[in-house]
Amino acid sequence: MTRKTWPLTGGIHPPENKHQSTQLPIKIAALPDKVVLPLSQHIGAPAEPIVAVGDYVLTGQCIARANGFVSAPVHASVSGTVTNIGPMAVPHASGMFEPCIEIQSDGLDQWVALKTNEDYASLSTEALLETIQQAGITGLGGAGFPTAVKLAARAESAIKTLIINGTECEPYITADDMLMRERADQIISGIQILQHLVKPTECLLGVEDNKPEAIVALKKAAKNTTIEIVVFPTKYPSGGEKQLIQILTGKEVPSGSLPADIGILCQNVGTAAAIHDAVILGKPLISRITTVTGEALQQPGNFEVRLGTPVDFLLEQASLHSEHLGRLVMGGPMMGFTLQSLAVPIIKTTNCLIAATQTELPPASPAQSCIRCGHCAEACPVSLLPQQLFWFAQGKEYAQLQHHNLFDCIECGACAYVCPSHIPLVQYYRGAKGIIRQQELMQQKAAQSKQRFEARQDRLAKETAAKEAKRKANAEKAARLKAAAAEKAASDQQPKQEIQAALERAKAKKAPNKSKPQLTAEQKELKIQLAMVSAQLKKLQRNIEQSESTPDVKQQEDLDRLQQQQQSLETALAAATPNDSNQAAPPVEKATTSNSKENASSGPDLKVLQIKLAQAKAALKKAERAYAAAAENNAADQDALQATIAGKQVALAEAEQALAKAKTSTEAPSPSKEAASKKPKKPPLDEKTKTLKIQVAMAKAQLRKLNKLAEHADTAPPKEEIEASEKALSEAESALAEHQQQPSSSLADA
Amino acid sequence: MEIIVYAILALLTLALIFGAILGFASVRFKVEGDPLVDQINALLPQTQCGQCGYPGCRPYAEAIADGDVINKCPPGGESTIASLADLLDVEPMPLDEAHGEEKPRTVAYIREDECIGCTKCIQACPVDAILGAAKQMHTVIANECTGCDLCVEPCPVDCIEMRPIEVTTKTWSWELPPAPVKLIATDAGRGHAA
Amino acid sequence: MTLIRQTSPHTRKASSTQAIMLNVLIALIPGLLVSVYFFGWGVLINLVWASLVAVGCEALIIKLRKRPIRFFLQDYTAVVTAALLALAIPPSAPWWLTLIGTSFAIIIGKHLYGGMGQNLFNPAMLGYVLLLVSFPLEMSAWLPALGVREGQGVLDLIASIQLFAGNMPVSSLDAMTMATPLDIFRENTSLTIEELWATNPVFSDWAGKGWQWVSLAYMLGGCWLLYKRVFTWHAPAGMLLMLGVMATLFYGGEGSDSHGSPLFHWLSGATMLGAFFIITDPVTSATSNKGRFIFGAGIGALTYIIRTWGGYPDGVAFAVLLMNMAAPTIDYYTQPRTYGHKKPNRGLAKPD
Repeated sequence: MTRKTWPLTGGIHPPENKHQSTQLPIKIAALPDKVVLPLSQHIGAPAEPIVAVGDYVLTGQCIARANGFVSAPVHASVSGTVTNIGPMAVPHASGMFEPCIEIQSDGLDQWVALKTNEDYASLSTEALLETIQQAGITGLGGAGFPTAVKLAARAESAIKTLIINGTECEPYITADDMLMRERADQIISGIQILQHLVKPTECLLGVEDNKPEAIVALKKAAKNTTIEIVVFPTKYPSGGEKQLIQILTGKEVPSGSLPADIGILCQNVGTAAAIHDAVILGKPLISRITTVTGEALQQPGNFEVRLGTPVDFLLEQASLHSEHLGRLVMGGPMMGFTLQSLAVPIIKTTNCLIAATQTELPPASPAQSCIRCGHCAEACPVSLLPQQLFWFAQGKEYAQLQHHNLFDCIECGACAYVCPSHIPLVQYYRGAKGIIRQQELMQQKAAQSKQRFEARQDRLAKETAAKEAKRKANAEKAARLKAAAAEKAASDQQPKQEIQAALERAKAKKAPNKSKPQLTAEQKELKIQLAMVSAQLKKLQRNIEQSESTPDVKQQEDLDRLQQQQQSLETALAAATPNDSNQAAPPVEKATTSNSKENASSGPDLKVLQIKLAQAKAALKKAERAYAAAAENNAADQDALQATIAGKQVALAEAEQALAKAKTSTEAPSPSKEAASKKPKKPPLDEKTKTLKIQVAMAKAQLRKLNKLAEHADTAPPKEEIEASEKALSEAESALAEHQQQPSSSLADA
Repeated sequence: MEIIVYAILALLTLALIFGAILGFASVRFKVEGDPLVDQINALLPQTQCGQCGYPGCRPYAEAIADGDVINKCPPGGESTIASLADLLDVEPMPLDEAHGEEKPRTVAYIREDECIGCTKCIQACPVDAILGAAKQMHTVIANECTGCDLCVEPCPVDCIEMRPIEVTTKTWSWELPPAPVKLIATDAGRGHAA
Repeated sequence: MTLIRQTSPHTRKASSTQAIMLNVLIALIPGLLVSVYFFGWGVLINLVWASLVAVGCEALIIKLRKRPIRFFLQDYTAVVTAALLALAIPPSAPWWLTLIGTSFAIIIGKHLYGGMGQNLFNPAMLGYVLLLVSFPLEMSAWLPALGVREGQGVLDLIASIQLFAGNMPVSSLDAMTMATPLDIFRENTSLTIEELWATNPVFSDWAGKGWQWVSLAYMLGGCWLLYKRVFTWHAPAGMLLMLGVMATLFYGGEGSDSHGSPLFHWLSGATMLGAFFIITDPVTSATSNKGRFIFGAGIGALTYIIRTWGGYPDGVAFAVLLMNMAAPTIDYYTQPRTYGHKKPNRGLAKPD
């Protein structure tokens, strides 16, 4: 009784070319002098090295551990010394470099202690999975997906059918065939472990009918097991996972899903044998069976070869005629890739090496126009329209490509094989897939960038808004505080005023006349300034009002003061000089010295005033010193200004005004007005210093520029220029210094 | 005469009826689509580099919607221009070289030992892809970097460079074969020999 | 030895466009021989002349397009086009008729679209229709098949060459030529089928004398191509099936208003040549197998409609051109279902 199988859609019958490598039994390849073990021999994250250069490692020792869930460890395949960890050539279509660990063999092949396990059935599922994972087993059929991950992913969907892939449909490759012929027991044992793990209701081992010896061996080994050997007609690409599922079960794996989603798990026969080795014998995956064939070899055959063995070392054992070598293919002739270097190592997924001559695998003949014969569509195992895909790929119409299910293409090469116009169809599909993936990545990135950009814009907007709000709140708070302080001051005034009044009374009793004249002179000035600052004035006025309501004894003084204030206000109004706080401050200070009690009574505002005063004092002192000398200078300047209306310098109308003020102050050099006269003096002084300072700054800038030029340009500006500007700078600086010194010296005169 | 009047009246009536029907239909069956600006913005590469002269991709999208030309985006290059032309139903035009050339995508890299931690680049980055604080070394989150170049200029110590995105075996892909006619060995006139 | 990167697959089937075209030419041989037997040397002269013109035109255009001439001439497609056209036009055709038809087919019908694989219409049929519309007299001047005129053999070589050279007076041409069976059948309104067959020597067993054998010879060649897997059975089956269905539905009995039996339609005119050699041209037909079946069926139906109710006795050429135009639409709706997908996709990615 034979089990029903379903026919493969499409497919081709390329010449098999398998007999060359099945003449001899599997040979054990010699130990190489060095092995190169790439950290990424599997799908998923590269393994992480746990040895350092110089370490001595034993055969089977783990040298790189799995990094993440979808990853697999790497084991030393020989004993020896780690000589290099870094990028080396790896077997990849691109011919690029990837991180590898290089081990110099000591030739002894000393193994780590192996933990054998005859009774796997007693182990828990987790322990078994852990063993498989730790052994570094990946799918040995081609893709190299970590086996433990594939087995563990079944949790969501129970596996009904376990399919073991013994198809090996590609021409030339016989590694699985030979394995099945010679080590059927191991395979069956491995499958039994898999059965124990996933507990499927049926287990099918699919083999193409072109491997009669293997079928016999398997059937013999599978006696008394529940494993069913299913034989079906040979056709490429029956060995594709999805294709094999279709052939054995009639089901199709939905596009974008995994076989596990329809209750099917697929494993390669080689993987099953490796699982047997790992679980029963405790051996990690450090070797595999690789077909070494092609007409450029004298002795093609299958080799059990240590992973990491350089390709040239292995080809040597099959007696390579390197002068005949035209094309070196890793994998089969349909889906394998060409190697550009003989130095790359054998890795876990290397099932075949074809060292072909020019005549055996001739270079592709030039492509002709597509005549849309449709042979490709007939050959396509997934019912695509390769000619349409080609059409769209040529036109770079990626949306159409996706609409025509480009991503369901398994790149089996059947279409390109049959194409009478020799169009490299698969390359078109691979290229288009790469571009589409790239575009999708870019789109994702663009979306991400957009999101981040917008988030940033939002954040910035919020920050500005928050700042604005904070500023507003602060301003409001300040205003509120001010108002509150004013109120408080007003309410505080009364008791303080009383104390003050009492004190003043005492003072007045002691020296009623002494303090007054002094006060009047000083206070006058104070009041002029106070008049200018309205707030201060108001406050003072309020104080005065309040002082009016204070007890009679004090009133006399207050009245006096009021009068003085009024007088001072009038004079201030008459003078009508614009005021600033700096100017307002000094008299306040003077007032405080003379009338400290009253000032003290004006509460927190006084403090501000005092600070301002201190600042102003310093400024004033400077101005005072500068004054006398400046007065002389200014007079000269003024004459000059008046004489030449077209004054070229900074002396503008403002300056003139300031000068006029200065004149008035110099005209009346009475000591009482000295302070007042000092104020207007400042602007002309400022003007003068300012111009000088500007000159200095300009000279400095010029010099710097010239220096920079001299540094950068080969054609340095003439030295004289630099020197001239240096001179100009020093002149300007000395002028400024002189000018600043002058006031102090002239102060003496004053 | 009368007949003309009748004709005019009849046509007027018809016009009114159909006008009403059309007006109703346009309101009743109005299709809410993405606003044009969003559609344009979705096609721009979102590098936010400002090479187009606008402060980001969206402002340029708005400008295009208002009638600006579509060839001012060097990072997007020909493909973006083509898709914009497709969307807006205008003729594709070559990239305006005044705004820069189409270059392979790059990613900013900070030579960390030279960085003085001035945060100037952080403020310049339109997508917040630079990590760091004042007086601390900065670094670029390569995955988030759009390669816009905007951080290079503000750096006072010139420690930022734009590096091309490296191709690895994971990102490598076959290229599309050259056009068939170029594969022909005898097509020597074109300078291509297979 | 340098190892270079080459794309998979590394091995290819030993097939080529040349081989396909050569197979097509070989498959035409039975039909050609039978044609020569029944209609004389004219057929062969036409074929040779058309081939020469076609290759010449092709070479000229390839040179103008600055493509390697040898490479493109190797594929025999021009010869196939010329052969199909030459077999479709009357054997009495003068040299200029063939010249116009063939050069139009190659230059306008093929290369102006971009060369091989790019043309929308079947070039041979384009050339044929051009001649049919422009030179109806010459195109309907068919010589009678062998045995139609009692005691008269086919035209000898000398006469054929004279005809070809255009040295034959029209009057003598008129005397020599004769309406085709389809034409006579179409014009008949009074006689029953039986009477028609009995009275008109043009007809014999199932269809026209000579014509039926030529058709069967084409079918033989077509079947050989099917066996060689040069094309699939879908398009020819679709066409013959639909023609048969139409003929059965509108048969109208054996009376004078009959439209002809399915067998008559199958074995008359260009049915078999079209079904196996013209509509199987992959460039201008639909893409998928299902699509090709529909494409063929459309041609079958249109052929019948034009023959029965249209203005021309045969309709294969027009039907082919009409369906060539419909091919993209057929493709739009007949994508096969991809593995792992529940439903086949329809149309293109962006609806217009």
